[in-house]
Amino acid sequence: MLDDLALNGEAEEYSYGFLDEQTKRMIRRAILKAVSIPGYQVPFGDREIPLPPGWGTGGIQVTASIIGKTDCLKVIDQGADDTTNAVSIRRFFARVARVNTTESTGEATIVQSRHRIPERPLQDDQILVMQVPQPEPLRRLVTSEVETRKLHAFARYGLMQVRLYEDIARYGNIVMSHDYPVRVHDRYLASPSPVPKFDNPKLHRSRALTIFGAGRERRIYAIPPFTDVRSIDFDDHPFERQKWQSCCARCGAEDSYLDEMLLDDAGNTQFVCSDTSYCNDRLSEGASR
Amino acid sequence: MITSIKGGEKAIDASHQLLSKRRRGDPNVAQLSVEQIREQLSLAVDRVMNEGSLYDPTLAALAIKQAEGDLIEAIYLLRAYRSTIPRFGFTLPLDTASMIVRRRISTTHKDVPGGQFLGPTYDYTHRLIDFALLDGCDDEDGLPLPDSDQVEDLHLHHDAGFISRTGLVEEELPDDSQEVADITRSPLTFPSTRDQRLQNLVRGDEGFLMALCYSTMRGYGRNHPYVAEMRHGDVSVVMEIPEIDLEAGIGTVQITECRTIHLTVGKSETPPRYTRGYGLLFGHSERKALSVAVVDRALRGAEFGEERRYPAQDEEFVLSHSDSVAASGLVQHLKLPHYVDFQAEQQLLRRLREDYDKRASEALAKENDDA
Amino acid sequence: MSDVVKPVLQVNGLTKVFDRRLACQDISFTLHRGEVLGIVGESGSGKSTLLKCLAGLMPPDAGNITLSLPDREECDLWRLEEAERERLLPTILAIIHQNARDGLRLDVSAGGNISEPLMTNGHRHYGTLRSVAMEWLKNVEIDPARVDDLPQTFSGGMQQRLQIARGLVTHPQLVLMDEPTGGLDVSVQAKLLDLLRRLVREFNLAVVIVTHDLGVARLLSDRLMVMQSGRVIETGLSDRVLEDPRQPYTQLLVSSVLQV
Repeated sequence: MLDDLALNGEAEEYSYGFLDEQTKRMIRRAILKAVSIPGYQVPFGDREIPLPPGWGTGGIQVTASIIGKTDCLKVIDQGADDTTNAVSIRRFFARVARVNTTESTGEATIVQSRHRIPERPLQDDQILVMQVPQPEPLRRLVTSEVETRKLHAFARYGLMQVRLYEDIARYGNIVMSHDYPVRVHDRYLASPSPVPKFDNPKLHRSRALTIFGAGRERRIYAIPPFTDVRSIDFDDHPFERQKWQSCCARCGAEDSYLDEMLLDDAGNTQFVCSDTSYCNDRLSEGASR
Repeated sequence: MITSIKGGEKAIDASHQLLSKRRRGDPNVAQLSVEQIREQLSLAVDRVMNEGSLYDPTLAALAIKQAEGDLIEAIYLLRAYRSTIPRFGFTLPLDTASMIVRRRISTTHKDVPGGQFLGPTYDYTHRLIDFALLDGCDDEDGLPLPDSDQVEDLHLHHDAGFISRTGLVEEELPDDSQEVADITRSPLTFPSTRDQRLQNLVRGDEGFLMALCYSTMRGYGRNHPYVAEMRHGDVSVVMEIPEIDLEAGIGTVQITECRTIHLTVGKSETPPRYTRGYGLLFGHSERKALSVAVVDRALRGAEFGEERRYPAQDEEFVLSHSDSVAASGLVQHLKLPHYVDFQAEQQLLRRLREDYDKRASEALAKENDDA
Repeated sequence: MSDVVKPVLQVNGLTKVFDRRLACQDISFTLHRGEVLGIVGESGSGKSTLLKCLAGLMPPDAGNITLSLPDREECDLWRLEEAERERLLPTILAIIHQNARDGLRLDVSAGGNISEPLMTNGHRHYGTLRSVAMEWLKNVEIDPARVDDLPQTFSGGMQQRLQIARGLVTHPQLVLMDEPTGGLDVSVQAKLLDLLRRLVREFNLAVVIVTHDLGVARLLSDRLMVMQSGRVIETGLSDRVLEDPRQPYTQLLVSSVLQV
């Protein structure tokens, strides 16, 4: 798209990574604060960028502020590199930050993602940037920002626990499948972003830094490496991840999050890995069903 | 000397002349033709047709021209014109499954039977001002489409064709036999029915509905929407003509149809499932179609035992304030003279103020006595 | 004297000004464990303002509210850091509102309502929470089988009893009640008063109860404080105040009730 536009040949006039240097510094300061107070939502001055709010602008601004020419960027949406929004964001950075991009989790230095955390454990030299629509885990229970900030300040999270209690009393289970809240370092309650709860345990003591960017809601928060991240639960109803009866129809993986693929109008389906990089890696290593 | 704003006949005439002059703008610049508006500002035309409740792109374009691009004013023009045309019958329900699809997406699965068609969309454009358009020497012939992308006759099942088979989704309305309300002829009643609501929402102000939809997504009445299917394209309009006992196609219209599904655990006596929201709009109006579908679902709370707590869930609030023509009318009536009631109110205020001053001085005196 | 048990609550010279008007003026009293203090007076006399200051909802303009709690040093409620006060209050204090709807979450089951204060204090065992909730339902004479029902399905009297269970489940040191029987039918009121009396004895509670109903005050409280225009005009044992009122205003209050 950018190639079609007037920006062609004028890219040098835009700042590296699209944002101007002062904005990037402001965002980096917010990130530093976020890293220092794990799970705390740091307000930041969100800027309009060429993609619409709600489509990953928070993640894009974080990535734009930390990316450098030697970085290698992977962008995924729903676990896949070929989804339209992921393609669009990857192209944006290839253009405005002139970085190499990759589809392989292992090669990336920065992974920007929406709705998934890669299956392959991330390493010390990698940063995961998550796009976040609603950074406030209490928002589903309390609409007022004044109120939720107080609840965080006093670490008063009984209300969230009430929600779990009600689920168990009514349905026998905790009825939350994604965006399942976590307690970070035993202090702040945080949203892992709308990843399936399957991905929550990957945040616990991850070797990689995870930065969460919510553009529309103007918040950045982070989980530094090796931080304790506990999905909230009851002692006698412990947190559980999703499980499947089948394995991936392509690579045979039994330990990955599976998408249900529709095969026809008759409702026939099969399951394959949602993380395309993981699936391809396994296939090239000779695994198959 | 103070002059009152009275006897404004001359003033009104002069105002209208000024309006025409402003509408024409700089006479050295070529005048806009209605055809140009219809063909090149088609999304504005679509909005005016929806809220104006009349499918006529040329008239809508004319209204936009006449209103200098003020879409709410244009909508009002179209509505007023609509009152003058007789109704000579009803078409059969549109068969949207046989739509000639220009665009079709589903978000619940990576791929769906029949395929996803990105079609024309701003979704994945990067919002950078295209200075090439400034010179007027833009893509004169339109972007040539590769042959393979030419619109084909695609008859695609609705999401009902695949998602419903999971057994987890609410059935769509099973029949068309019941009489359909017409809110343009008979007034809305409360509690409202779903057909009334859907009609009201389609005519409703796009900004208002979008804000309501947005509020549900920010916690003011969450209802967990997924876009099961959004499609846009052409459908034929068919009428039954009893005199000759025939069904006859009378033309095609462009529409946008949006189906949302919403996780609903609901009452204990109903199975947990996905329930539906629906929006059908003229032209290419995805933002509005989505907003209508999500608000439609929000307003169905009573069916599923949901507490009515937030604006988007309150049918009286939503349906009574959705209409841009009505809202614009009342808001702008504040510019009418109001000096008679102002005078009456001022008198009242003076009396209240006197009472207050008296009480305050009494209290002060008492305090001084106490001290 | 030093080993005499200290009062749970000591209020000293509490003053609160609203809009140049003294809502509470130089109010002092003490409250011991197992003791019920009634505050009576007509609306506008400052009793609700006083209660809000005690509850940590509204800072007084002058004076002290001193809490003596087991396992911690004596502290002045309004000289604590806000965070400390907010952390402390839910563990030691319960407020019973006149309108049960102000003290309950209507979209949360009875069991959830009772368990919330425990969860706020860190309890994380569903089974235990549930059995405690059911025990408390029994305590306030609600059928434990209704543990999963929403408060909306309860009668007014039941909602009030549910609110009391939610308030007392954490065994607070101090209970503040604002017209707890207001708005209920007379027969329902009587039953609720019986229940409150039993709970006060059973849990040895320290209670401040604000009411304009002298009947309620007589039945529940050991001592009475009569307020008028923001001041305490008379105080003493309940029987004494009601049978031998000394201030003209108190006499008026008492006689107007007796006439009914």
